[in-house]
Amino acid sequence: MQTVAIKGVKDGLLISLNESEEWQGVLADLAARIDQQSSFFVGARITLDVGTRPVRRDELGSVKALLERRGVVLHAVVSESSTTIDSASALDLRANLMPNTPAAEHSFTANSEEDGTAGVMIRRTLRSGRTVRSEGHVIVFGDVNPGAEIIAAGDVIIWGRLRGKVHAGAYGDESAFVCALDMTPTQLRIAGYISISPKDKRHKPKPEIALIRDEHITVEAWR
Amino acid sequence: MGGKVITITSGKGGVGKTTTTANLGVALARLDQRLLMIDADIGLRNLDIVMGLENRIVYDIVDVIEGRCKLRQAMIRHKTFPELYLIPAAQTRDKTAVSPADMIQLTDSVRGDFDFILIDSPAGIERGFRNAVAPADEVVIVTNPEVSAVRDADRVIGLLENENKGPGQLILNRVNPEMVRRGDMLSADDVTDLLAIRLLGIVPEDETVVPSSNSGIPVTLNDNSRAGLAYRNIARRLMGEDVPFMKLGESGGLFKRITRLFGGRNG
Repeated sequence: MQTVAIKGVKDGLLISLNESEEWQGVLADLAARIDQQSSFFVGARITLDVGTRPVRRDELGSVKALLERRGVVLHAVVSESSTTIDSASALDLRANLMPNTPAAEHSFTANSEEDGTAGVMIRRTLRSGRTVRSEGHVIVFGDVNPGAEIIAAGDVIIWGRLRGKVHAGAYGDESAFVCALDMTPTQLRIAGYISISPKDKRHKPKPEIALIRDEHITVEAWR
Repeated sequence: MGGKVITITSGKGGVGKTTTTANLGVALARLDQRLLMIDADIGLRNLDIVMGLENRIVYDIVDVIEGRCKLRQAMIRHKTFPELYLIPAAQTRDKTAVSPADMIQLTDSVRGDFDFILIDSPAGIERGFRNAVAPADEVVIVTNPEVSAVRDADRVIGLLENENKGPGQLILNRVNPEMVRRGDMLSADDVTDLLAIRLLGIVPEDETVVPSSNSGIPVTLNDNSRAGLAYRNIARRLMGEDVPFMKLGESGGLFKRITRLFGGRNG
């Protein structure tokens, strides 16, 4: 099990810290995760889930400071330990005694199929200046023109031409993908990876899918 | 219902909105249409100059809206065409002197007297744009074959769609067929491919346009001007006529592509 799991929730991000690993190591991993993908974390409201681990007030204070140094606001703490809850209250943080939910086990950001996967369907062309944000998947039945932007926690499917900017897996889901009938985005991001389309004058439109392979965004035929 | 209100807009400045408005106005007047042109670019009044009516201004649109004169008093009759009128913009005020509701009220009060009301929109997407678009039955978007102008046109079309005024029709202005042939300029195909709206006309780049505008005699009145012919064709299309697209340049490259794209519809 990974030491740090990140999940997009309605009002921000839920960060779950492994309860059995060594505390300093967990903090180092957390700092590294945020530094890798700082653009997603900056300004986000964080709920910290520490499971059953009792966290002292000074320890919680150092997590809060670690986040603040990176422009991230610690908003609430979820824990099964009353010690941790007391520490949170002392630091003026919202605290919840909550049993560890199975959902925290994986970091997939959109809801599972059984929950009815969250998503938005857009039945027209997104023109310059339009931004669509979703906590789930985004499907566009139309084109995405240059100057338009889609930011989704999940996948992005364009039944049309993609020429604007797309960010799939915006909360860090590296299994997210983007597909389009014609893939020439201004800029394409998946989780923490970024790529731009090669300038190719003899470009022939064809359905393609972009996903992360071997720490790179790769684009291949969509079939 | 009465006359049709058509707003000419673009997003980007300098693409030829005012020139287009003036020329379509004169071209429609030549087709015996009763016409009112309104300059909605308050603070940066231009349409009167291009129409050659600057020296006849007594009252302007802000005077009408603030009740200092009657609407009829602000309407300047054209020198040559007795059925063509212009309401000039104010030069001393700004866009906030008029509201979208004022514009709707103003156009509604004269709709019955005209076949067309053409509104020349200011550049941008702020108050002035909203004023100009509010009363429109149809919107004509002017753009140039340049990436930045097309990008702004796309944004404007999106805004029009939000206001249920969209998607509008497109005039591609200042096309240089030779540059298109060399691949140095976007073709009509490239532009309509992205914007995906009806192409109302293509106006070629033409050296006679600027001196005509400067002298207050829109280029449409020059029967030897290719740009003038393009504007006359657009005016006829606005009246519902099916006018084939004119042949641009001798090379045929662009022409072939245009006919391939629009031949079926405009044959």
